[in-house]
Amino acid sequence: MGSALLLLSATSQMGWSQTVQQTPSIFAPASTPAHQIYELSLFTLGLTGGIFVVVAGLLTYAIIRYRHRGSQDDTEPPQVYGSNQIELSWTVIPVLIVVVLFLTTTRVILAVQDAPKPPAAVEVTVTGHQFWWEFQYPKLGIVTANELHVPVSDAASPRPTYLKLLSADVDHSFWVPELNGKTDLIPNRVNETWIDPQKTGLYVGQCAQFCGKEHAKMLLRVYVQSPADFASWVKNQQQTAVQQQSVERGREVFETEACANCHTISGTTAQGRFGPDLSHFMSRATLAAGAAENTPENLRAWIKDPDTFKPGCLMPAMKLSDQEIDEVADYLATLR
Amino acid sequence: MSDRAIPIGESIDLTPPQGMAAGWLELLHDWVITVDHKKLGIMYIGYALIFLLVGGLEAMLIRVQLAVSNNHFLSPETYNRMFTMHGTTMVFLMGMPIIIGIANYLVPLMIGARDMAFPRLNAFSFWMTAFGGLLLYYSFIGGVGLYGAGSAPDVGWFAYAPLTEKAFSPGHTTDYWALALIVSGFGTIGAAVNIIATVISMRCKGMTLFRMPLLVWLNLVVASLILVTISPLTAAQIMLEIDRYLGGHFFDTQAGGSAIVWIHFFWIFGHPEVYVLVLPAFAIANEIIPVFSRKAIFGYPAMVAASVGIAFISLGVWAHHMFTVGMTSASNTFFVLSTEIVAIPTGIKIFNWLATIWGGKVRFTTAMLFCIGFLFQFLIAGLTGIMLSVAPWDWQLHNSFFVIAHFHYVLVGAITFCLFAAFYYWYPKVTGRMLDEKLGKWHFWLFVIGFHVTFDFMHIPGLLGMPRQIYTYEPGRGWDSWNMIVSLGGAVQAIAVLVFVFNLVWSYSKGTVAGADPWDAWTLEWATTSPPPVYNFAVEPVVSSRRPLWDLKHPEDPDSRYE
Repeated sequence: MGSALLLLSATSQMGWSQTVQQTPSIFAPASTPAHQIYELSLFTLGLTGGIFVVVAGLLTYAIIRYRHRGSQDDTEPPQVYGSNQIELSWTVIPVLIVVVLFLTTTRVILAVQDAPKPPAAVEVTVTGHQFWWEFQYPKLGIVTANELHVPVSDAASPRPTYLKLLSADVDHSFWVPELNGKTDLIPNRVNETWIDPQKTGLYVGQCAQFCGKEHAKMLLRVYVQSPADFASWVKNQQQTAVQQQSVERGREVFETEACANCHTISGTTAQGRFGPDLSHFMSRATLAAGAAENTPENLRAWIKDPDTFKPGCLMPAMKLSDQEIDEVADYLATLR
Repeated sequence: MSDRAIPIGESIDLTPPQGMAAGWLELLHDWVITVDHKKLGIMYIGYALIFLLVGGLEAMLIRVQLAVSNNHFLSPETYNRMFTMHGTTMVFLMGMPIIIGIANYLVPLMIGARDMAFPRLNAFSFWMTAFGGLLLYYSFIGGVGLYGAGSAPDVGWFAYAPLTEKAFSPGHTTDYWALALIVSGFGTIGAAVNIIATVISMRCKGMTLFRMPLLVWLNLVVASLILVTISPLTAAQIMLEIDRYLGGHFFDTQAGGSAIVWIHFFWIFGHPEVYVLVLPAFAIANEIIPVFSRKAIFGYPAMVAASVGIAFISLGVWAHHMFTVGMTSASNTFFVLSTEIVAIPTGIKIFNWLATIWGGKVRFTTAMLFCIGFLFQFLIAGLTGIMLSVAPWDWQLHNSFFVIAHFHYVLVGAITFCLFAAFYYWYPKVTGRMLDEKLGKWHFWLFVIGFHVTFDFMHIPGLLGMPRQIYTYEPGRGWDSWNMIVSLGGAVQAIAVLVFVFNLVWSYSKGTVAGADPWDAWTLEWATTSPPPVYNFAVEPVVSSRRPLWDLKHPEDPDSRYE
């Protein structure tokens, strides 16, 4: 039957054959809020597990012990209609359990939700779009997309990142399970969340609120960097986009075709805000919010027809000639 | 009470023989114009079964698509339509009609009435519900308007605004969704009014409120809950249509509307809706578990109180679907508490069922097996529900596959199991023939295995970060094998359902003749013939306890002595 299912599943491997091997498990917390949630989840699992063992055990015992045996006569068992004492006792125990669980939960809600923002915190404004993420660092003057870079926050020098969550169109939800639970991005509303990753590395996540056709391909990456690496990343992002004479032709195409209506490349006339900022496009590992790896071939395929990787995304195929596609791709490839 | 008051198995059938000589046209005419609560009940149930198969097919397509990563079996559009239609179908076209159908059939019989209080409202309600379903499915043909065909709503069954606004959902698919729910909602409200009126005013002599079978009590509670909960849904759909066609801005965030208001409206309906569906399942278990344990239900007053309690509390828990929308910590805390309080009356119910079995002589009929499955699965569903009530953990679990697994544990593991139990238990009453027990055992074991393979394992990808409503996922996330297992389990469940459908059809003509009271049961529906005549009871019954047939069968030790 497994092979039958596989057969039904036409598996043409476009995009996604080459991406990172990483499971975003909620049981592998790497940040304080995720840790607090993890500990609370273990407590809750223990509590509910205990209830399960007791009640399921009693049920199993009752069903086996009181089964009708063939050897028995067919007389009816003694009829018992109830007992107020027993009802009272099995009401009191759940009440006590609820009180304990409620108080424990409240403690974690307050600890995560009302944590004071330290002055050293990095501030990022996240804007959800159909179907990509915009990241602005207002204090650092950086605008980037889909791949969030934050500094590591260790006990010696805590430097959490506070995220202000907005939406440009419909509801989205920011979820990187190893760093924190999810918080929604809702139009006309400002939400907040925070992370303080304690280990450098890559953490993956994705949009967790259905937002339309390509909701599945609205992926998130968080690169947690050492202070030095983060500082050099910031420095690079703050620079105006590279301008090379050799790809002048590609820049012309970009600025004269519709590309410039939606994308910004700093220092050029391309100042569109509808799509991701491409000023430092080559500093990103993926295209199209994680729908494909950022390689020259993928980039060409993407410009030629975005539906190759992300059918139904909002970037149109601009009907460029092959030569124009090459020129634009070469130009973009210089934007480090 | 005179032992002749309830003539078991010998009610005098005064109806002229019908159906035998009539052609199919007369038969069809007869069913279309009927106002008989039993025929309408059967039509509700048949209608729901058709949509069970349709919704099941949609689920299978979803599972084929998710069985492997980066799959191209369905396009994103088709996948989004499938999960929207699967959810909407199963809740509104399968769940609601089947619980109303069962109430329609059984409530008048159980309270010794000859029909519902408003037979014509009853027919009207059924046809409204039926047209609602047709309207929703017509969207496959008419959804995008004149220029294209083959579409359906694709905004998810809770359809968060502003995705449903004209700017993001052009065409008419969202309108079909909204209008279909308004129309079937009117039908549901009509049915609820009717059930309340029937229970209040149509009870036979001696049937005080506290002598009603628990099934009747719970359906009274459910009908009251429907009146409170369907209204905000209808209101929200009307506001949405005003936005879409009359230039309103209720949820139009681009013009200053509020996305949050839709979420509130939807879940003020949506959470009590869970109880609208699950209380009738409890109602079924309340009738079947005692009969096959051969004992009276333990703690009848506590069961009534717990049901009323659940209904009240369920009106104050809706925002536990909204822990991630950015409420204040105070609001989050409130909804954690209200949600966890539901665990108390629910726990009382489980303990009372346990105490009913305790000391009994349990008969493992197929109906009882399904109820036993229900008890264990509902326990687990309740416990995962407690996990989700813990708001910080819900920030992780919300909108993940863990939630999908949790609510399918409720909707399938608890509700559908009880519905199947109801089929095996009352099919003889409805048709006069027993469902085949051997096929029934096959059905049960296949379904219980398929259920656990599917929904036990479905929790895991959720814990590993897999969100719901995604048409495909990246390889390398560690979700592949879990999803393959889940899909295989789904196929086993589908086979089990086909066994069940075959059993329904086969037993209709080949099943053992049932007689009036095949289970040696105690409530009034078993006091009349199977199937009951149009007027239900030749002589109006008189009761003096909760188990009138027990009193009749055990005159030396009647219940009326203890109540």
